[in-house]
Amino acid sequence: MSRNTKIVLFSLLAVIVLALAPLFALRGAEFGGSDDAGSVKVEEVTGEEYKPWFTPVLEQIIGGELPGEVESLFFCIQTGLGVGVLAYGFGYLVARKKYGGMQEEKPSHKEEQL
Amino acid sequence: MTTVEKKIMSFSIVAGLVFCVPQTALAMHIMEGYLPPAFCIGWGAICLPFLAAGVITIRQLVQQHRKSILLLAMAGAFVFVISSLKIPSVTGSCSHMTGTGLGAILFGVPATSVLGLIVLVFQALLLAHGGLTTLGANTFSMAIAGPLLTWGVYQAGKKLRLPKLFNVFLAAMLGDLLTYCVTSVQLALAYPSAEGGMWSSMMEFLAVFAPTQLPLAIIEGILTMLVMMGLETYAKSELHELCCAKGGLFK
Repeated sequence: MSRNTKIVLFSLLAVIVLALAPLFALRGAEFGGSDDAGSVKVEEVTGEEYKPWFTPVLEQIIGGELPGEVESLFFCIQTGLGVGVLAYGFGYLVARKKYGGMQEEKPSHKEEQL
Repeated sequence: MTTVEKKIMSFSIVAGLVFCVPQTALAMHIMEGYLPPAFCIGWGAICLPFLAAGVITIRQLVQQHRKSILLLAMAGAFVFVISSLKIPSVTGSCSHMTGTGLGAILFGVPATSVLGLIVLVFQALLLAHGGLTTLGANTFSMAIAGPLLTWGVYQAGKKLRLPKLFNVFLAAMLGDLLTYCVTSVQLALAYPSAEGGMWSSMMEFLAVFAPTQLPLAIIEGILTMLVMMGLETYAKSELHELCCAKGGLFK
């Protein structure tokens, strides 16, 4: 295994552990958004209930909160768009390196400076 | 790399959705309507010069360095992906990362601020996440202050000859952390606490955001590092071009 492969594998493992460990460590925790925690803090700090003076445009249009499932749809779209472009880019680059022959490979020492 | 990446991505998406979304809670940006109008306008005004510079930079990039457009798109896509993944954290709440570190390292702060703005508008309009009134404040914290630190740390690390991958990791991680520190400051400025004034209120907000964000910042650092590794292996010529372009563009 090359050094890079080792780094990649180890990093991915670390990411998974970091991302999922709290789930198992803190069983029964709510895992709400820390935005909400922030809003609660606003009320705590100022000592009175805070009424947001503007509600999201979409909520005004549909007249209520965005349903959780639809929200997950939009989040999926966002992720999907991103992953699509990233995967396209890497797919293109990897294939170019694999099939493009040597002319693409301009060995240069300048990258170090980036 | 791509299939592995896709697998990892879809795995984390599924995990994120399964565990975070059912509580309709939103994570991390200052919510719509939660900043007084004066602050909304003020933060927006601070962002304007960066955004203008960003548009100019991107225009130049598109005209003169067509090869690097792919990397720009990928940096933008990275922000899209990373900032949509809500991840459970040690404090028992969910938060997400910013993903702007990659753009900052590759393209500098101005261009990144435009990328970040696009994502924030998307989230504010469709997801009721963040908001139009707080767009300026959120843009400043996520797309300007964070990238600024990332860029600075990266340049400093280069001068100090830190190992490159570690440098990328460190820069992206600190940038992510700073984003949420800035959010705390923004909230504290708008809501100084009754007894302790701004400082104690800032500590309160920091106490909410910082511990949640720390593990996520580490994850962001790692992911940015991985993408950077991929690019260095497969996009040498683009990076090279970008690096030459930088002399003129980002000085």
